[in-house]
Amino acid sequence: MNIDSIHNGVVLDHIQAGKSMDIYRYLHLDELDCQVAIIKNARSEHMEKKDIIKIDSPMDLDLDVLGYIDSNITVNIIRDGRRVEKKHLELPQKLVNVIRCKNPRCITVAEPQLDAVFLLSNPKRHTYRCAYCETEESKKF
Amino acid sequence: MPRNVIDVTDLTVEEIGQLIETAEDIIAHPAKYQDACAHRQLATLFFEPSTRTRLSFESAMLALGGGVLGFSEASSSSTTKGETVGDTIHTVSCYADIIAMRHPKEGAPYAAAQVSEVPIINAGDGGHNHPTQTLTDLLTIHREKGRLDNFTVGFCGDLKFGRTVHSLVNALSRYENINYVLISPLELKLPRYVKEQSLKSRGIPYTQTTSLEAVMPQLDILYMTRVQRERFFNEEDYLRLKDSYILTPEKLAGAKKDLSILHPLPRVNEIAVAVDKDPRAAYWKQVKNGKYIRMALIMKLLGIEV
Repeated sequence: MNIDSIHNGVVLDHIQAGKSMDIYRYLHLDELDCQVAIIKNARSEHMEKKDIIKIDSPMDLDLDVLGYIDSNITVNIIRDGRRVEKKHLELPQKLVNVIRCKNPRCITVAEPQLDAVFLLSNPKRHTYRCAYCETEESKKF
Repeated sequence: MPRNVIDVTDLTVEEIGQLIETAEDIIAHPAKYQDACAHRQLATLFFEPSTRTRLSFESAMLALGGGVLGFSEASSSSTTKGETVGDTIHTVSCYADIIAMRHPKEGAPYAAAQVSEVPIINAGDGGHNHPTQTLTDLLTIHREKGRLDNFTVGFCGDLKFGRTVHSLVNALSRYENINYVLISPLELKLPRYVKEQSLKSRGIPYTQTTSLEAVMPQLDILYMTRVQRERFFNEEDYLRLKDSYILTPEKLAGAKKDLSILHPLPRVNEIAVAVDKDPRAAYWKQVKNGKYIRMALIMKLLGIEV
């Protein structure tokens, strides 16, 4: 299966197989006007299977969001057909307006205009806690 | 940025030690502190009613020679007009030097601290935190035992929903050699996340039991809480368990002579009135200690030394 290489844009590689559509939705890629290729179940030496997303347009990605979704993803920045940067992600220490608190007693539920802030509470378990009420939000991905 | 106390762990162990030291000095020499906060204003913003906490804060500020303003329920504030917590705090921080707030929504004091120009003290946010109650408990333990380490403490009653228990377990976990005995019905055990965060992650051992009598002889401190009927799914379970945790003079028969009995109050029936006369009952002293530790905290956050 051949997918044309992109000239200027971003390639998200090493996505856990089957998760590419979650990322597509989370990054609102459906709102882009450019070509976006989603490759599912590509062969991988390390992962056996992986997903890849190719975006044929330069764009600023929210690395915190990507790191939260899957910190194993690598972000390749492509310019003039060549990879100019490869970014490895980390679990962000702080998430702002990425997820909302589910605790009905939390002030952010009563006052939704407040920034939804979550702080990394357990890096091993990939868990975050609401900065306001400390309710734990486990990763959904 | 003003210094806030939203959670008891916003204060270091050293700072808590200093607060206790100040509180002890206030108890010994109250006149020395009578003008410490002269011309300063404390706003008590109580978006839900409270007896002890609000009066304790107000009494503390008055004893320091300061003034008090505020409201005692949300209906007498602009909240009824739809004003956000942030806007209320922004407004009040123009009038007062320090704010103590209670709010039914969890995390409201954290939201307040983001916009306030003056220190915020969390005076209770829903079922989440109540740091000045914890400071009160710590001062009481220190006054009763002369230390905050090397003892066995029993927490009894509703350990699942009791925010004072969660907060005190967390605060005590920073001190050495404390044995925790968690006494509750199976339905109201201490939540797993509290055990993991405060005890397991620090390698602190604890025991869990449903029988108060069985562990009574081991305890140096007994922290009682109310078992709440509405928490039970099954009326039979409630009826079976409710009397197990009513502390009576008979149940204290096997207890140590220097046991200290604490309760955050209000009590309903979990401590028989007859126990009030027992010299080991420390809960009324605890109420008084709440004023002194709040005096110390107000001074600290205002940067006042005497």
